[in-house]
Amino acid sequence: MSVAAWFGSLAARWFSRGGQAEGVDEELRSHIALRADDLERSGLTRAEAERRARIEFGGRVKYKEQIHEALGGNFLGTVVEDVRFSVRVLRKSPGFTVAAVFTLALAIGANAVVFGLLNALILRPLNVPHPQSLYVLEHGPDRAEDESYPDFLDLRARNRSFDSIALYNIVSVGLDTGKNPAEVMGYEVSGNYFDTLGIHPYLGRFFHDADEHGPNSAPYLVISYGYWHSHFQDDRGVVGRVVDVNKHPFTILGVAPPSFQGTLLFFFPDFWAPVVNDEQLAGRSVLNVRDEQEFIMTLGHLKAGVTPAQAIGDLNRVGAWLDTTYPKTDAHMTFTLARPALAGDLLGPAVRGFIAALMALAGLILLAACANLGSLFAARAADRSREVALRLALGSSRRRLLRAVFTEAVLISLAGGALGLAGSVALLRELSVWHPIPTFPISVPVYPDARVYWAALVLALVSAFLFGAVPVRQILRTNPYEVVKAGSSGVIAGHTARRFTARDVLLVTQIAICAVLVTSSLVAVRGLVQSMHSNFGFDPKNAMLVYTDLNMAGYASDHVPTMQRRMIEAVETIPGVKSVGSIDQIPLGGSGPTESVFTDQTTELISSKSAFDSMVYKISPAYFDAAETALLRGRAFTGQDGKGSIPVAIVNEEFARRLFGSVNNAIGRHFKPEVGPRLQVVGVVENGKYWQLTEDQKPAIFLPLLQSPSSATCLVVRASNGMGRDPQLLAAAIRAKLRNLDEALPVAIHAWSDTMSIALFPSRVASVALGALGLMAAMLAITGIFGMAAYSVSKRLRELGIRIALGARRKEVLAAALGRPLKLLVFGSSAGLLLGILATRVLAYLVYQANPRDPLVLVGVVLTMLLLGLVATWIPAQRALHVDPQMLLREE
Amino acid sequence: MTTQAQLLPGTLDLLILKAVSLGPLHGYGVLLRIGQISGQALLIEQGALYPALFRLVRQGLLRAAWGTSENNRKAKFYELTAAGRRRLREETDGWNRIAEAMASALGARAEEI
Repeated sequence: MSVAAWFGSLAARWFSRGGQAEGVDEELRSHIALRADDLERSGLTRAEAERRARIEFGGRVKYKEQIHEALGGNFLGTVVEDVRFSVRVLRKSPGFTVAAVFTLALAIGANAVVFGLLNALILRPLNVPHPQSLYVLEHGPDRAEDESYPDFLDLRARNRSFDSIALYNIVSVGLDTGKNPAEVMGYEVSGNYFDTLGIHPYLGRFFHDADEHGPNSAPYLVISYGYWHSHFQDDRGVVGRVVDVNKHPFTILGVAPPSFQGTLLFFFPDFWAPVVNDEQLAGRSVLNVRDEQEFIMTLGHLKAGVTPAQAIGDLNRVGAWLDTTYPKTDAHMTFTLARPALAGDLLGPAVRGFIAALMALAGLILLAACANLGSLFAARAADRSREVALRLALGSSRRRLLRAVFTEAVLISLAGGALGLAGSVALLRELSVWHPIPTFPISVPVYPDARVYWAALVLALVSAFLFGAVPVRQILRTNPYEVVKAGSSGVIAGHTARRFTARDVLLVTQIAICAVLVTSSLVAVRGLVQSMHSNFGFDPKNAMLVYTDLNMAGYASDHVPTMQRRMIEAVETIPGVKSVGSIDQIPLGGSGPTESVFTDQTTELISSKSAFDSMVYKISPAYFDAAETALLRGRAFTGQDGKGSIPVAIVNEEFARRLFGSVNNAIGRHFKPEVGPRLQVVGVVENGKYWQLTEDQKPAIFLPLLQSPSSATCLVVRASNGMGRDPQLLAAAIRAKLRNLDEALPVAIHAWSDTMSIALFPSRVASVALGALGLMAAMLAITGIFGMAAYSVSKRLRELGIRIALGARRKEVLAAALGRPLKLLVFGSSAGLLLGILATRVLAYLVYQANPRDPLVLVGVVLTMLLLGLVATWIPAQRALHVDPQMLLREE
Repeated sequence: MTTQAQLLPGTLDLLILKAVSLGPLHGYGVLLRIGQISGQALLIEQGALYPALFRLVRQGLLRAAWGTSENNRKAKFYELTAAGRRRLREETDGWNRIAEAMASALGARAEEI
């Protein structure tokens, strides 16, 4: 039988219930006719014979039912019947149905969102051909990915395991297309980049290896589809146009396809340019310097049949060659491979840890929701015990009853799942177009796909079976005789009053889970608040940052310091500005240059002999004033610390302590940097945060811009309090002043506290995520406790009525009605709090300074849970207090 | 009719297989054949035959096809499949063993023990 025919017969069996019944009818009619023929032959009239034949045959309807059963029933038919019945039952209790669907929608929605993240960021590879064989090279014990250009060339030429190896780096350039010069971020890449990845142009052509002929030989640009769309309005004539990049003419060769958005998951470049033009693009000459590992990533496809382990062996062989050939710069080159999407091991572990922790918490939410629904179902089954008993007594099979329960559960969970999925899809789409950091072209592409839909469906079905299974034992153990005999509200309520039931366990579980989540969200919020108020080593309030790169405006070597001084002087004249300083890279700004440091006694400056690595910043004399960084000892730089005078440095407290033992010891002492002359320490400043908020304290060096010039410029403009209140006005004034100096200088101006979002981004995301999960947990706790309390009050209304009639006081009534749910609440919350404290390790993945032992957090959790309990039991308590004993006693 | 016996549960299927094994039959024919081979001793409710027939077809022991009866009426004819033939043989053996065992057990007399 062909597959199609098999499906056909299956479909026929499912859908053509009518057709089969007809066949059966026809056969039974033929039987009766044949019997009637026989009877007629024995002398009866035809009519009499047919009547007799029908009587002899017996109940046709009954036999037809049996035939259906013999055929294994009509699967779809019974399902449709079950569904119809369940819908009818659910419509009779809309409150229950809405609550259940809503609960599940929340839980499944949360899980779908987290799974969407997991799917987009971890499961889904980069959108390039054959992503499974694409690896990024990492070297050294730190698994660093940055590479120097000469090392890259050697690796590319000498390895035998990659089809080819390409290199790329992120650069920001001033791009002038004839209108406004603007800062644009993109990749500088090796000529073989597109060929290595197997990407083909959408329009025009890409550049290739053959286009490179040494430094600055390939002034070409490939622009991204998005940039073409937004800046060139899809103009196909863009190919061949010449634009200014940092004042150098570059020719636009082509447009990349819309599906290709670079080789990093979060960072969408606007353009690609050949790295041989690095001098024009980044304003430096490092292409010949073997120890300047300035290019962030090298990657390539493994040759067919080569395993990653073999490739690592091969790369280590090249590493050993580099080691012997260039011992000064390339000592101990060992390699590992990683996936490029999350920058390999740079972001990978953090993102994976974060999402795994989120997934665990979202799973807890779903579990709590299932516990919630399970107890609701159990309560319903108890309420319907008479109905169940009656149906059993009337001959319904227990199997059929269970099927009805599960049909209800599946219906509710499918409805909840659909609702939750709709919500999560909306949220994921929202997330995908979100630009979390205004100063950086970063986005989180998490568009949901079929996998997310499947996951939601599976979750819905699994949860249906989880909570649907709760009342099974209850139904299997129902004894119709007992229940019918016991009368209206007897048996079950009588039992629960004494024993610890499954429902109690479920409620405690649920409350415990909720307490864990409430604990974690409070820990997260507290962590965020603390990180906002921790000491950065500068004060971002009331200050503006002015970013520019003088290289972009065509300034070179000696003109750079002069221009920087003129800019500072110009901005200083703005009324309301207290002080203006300049620094090459702002601390906590998303990038941080480091350099090896050597003691003065070290003669051989190789990396294995270095004392430690330190951050290096280049500043103008007034920077510390403008940034409000406290000077602890010594002096700040002056205008005299220039080219002709002795090379000096200011270090932070940590640096002084590590290299010289104490702050007092440091002044006047010397140390050696990796390149350049030995430096004398003239001052010590307070410690700060440099790379990220969660870092261990790092040492830092500050060098005078006049002695180590940098074209990257960030002006820190400290405003007096009055002026700081209107940053827009100040920004406009700064812009006007700088335009007077040079019209073509691209500048970006932000309030300093706004740009802190890069550093605060991880804790912000964690707080939002945990806050949302905590809120959901709180809602689940409320519905759970409310359900339990309301149920227990309604079951015991008669008893409460009698107590009130006998003169019980309000307190006693409340204790009788709500004592049990409250006891469970206390029990569950303590368990949850304990678990939350034990889960610190998980939380540490999510939150900066996760410390659930913080007394404020502990008190917060206890108060929150009490508040939740109060809210949830309020209505049932009111109901218990307002019982009218006369009414109740009259009712039965 | 006084000698008619109620069917033991499970024996109807075996009887149907036996009746059909003697040649293709329609439902009413199966009924008549069982009456004939059992000497009219076994009573079968006419309607009860059909659920059993459908069950046997579903188990693949019988094959059914529409045809015309001897007096020109449309009727569904049943026929034994290979699996049905095998099942009939096994069931017959099993039945005979039980019948012998029962007969010998019930025929036992005190002096034989």
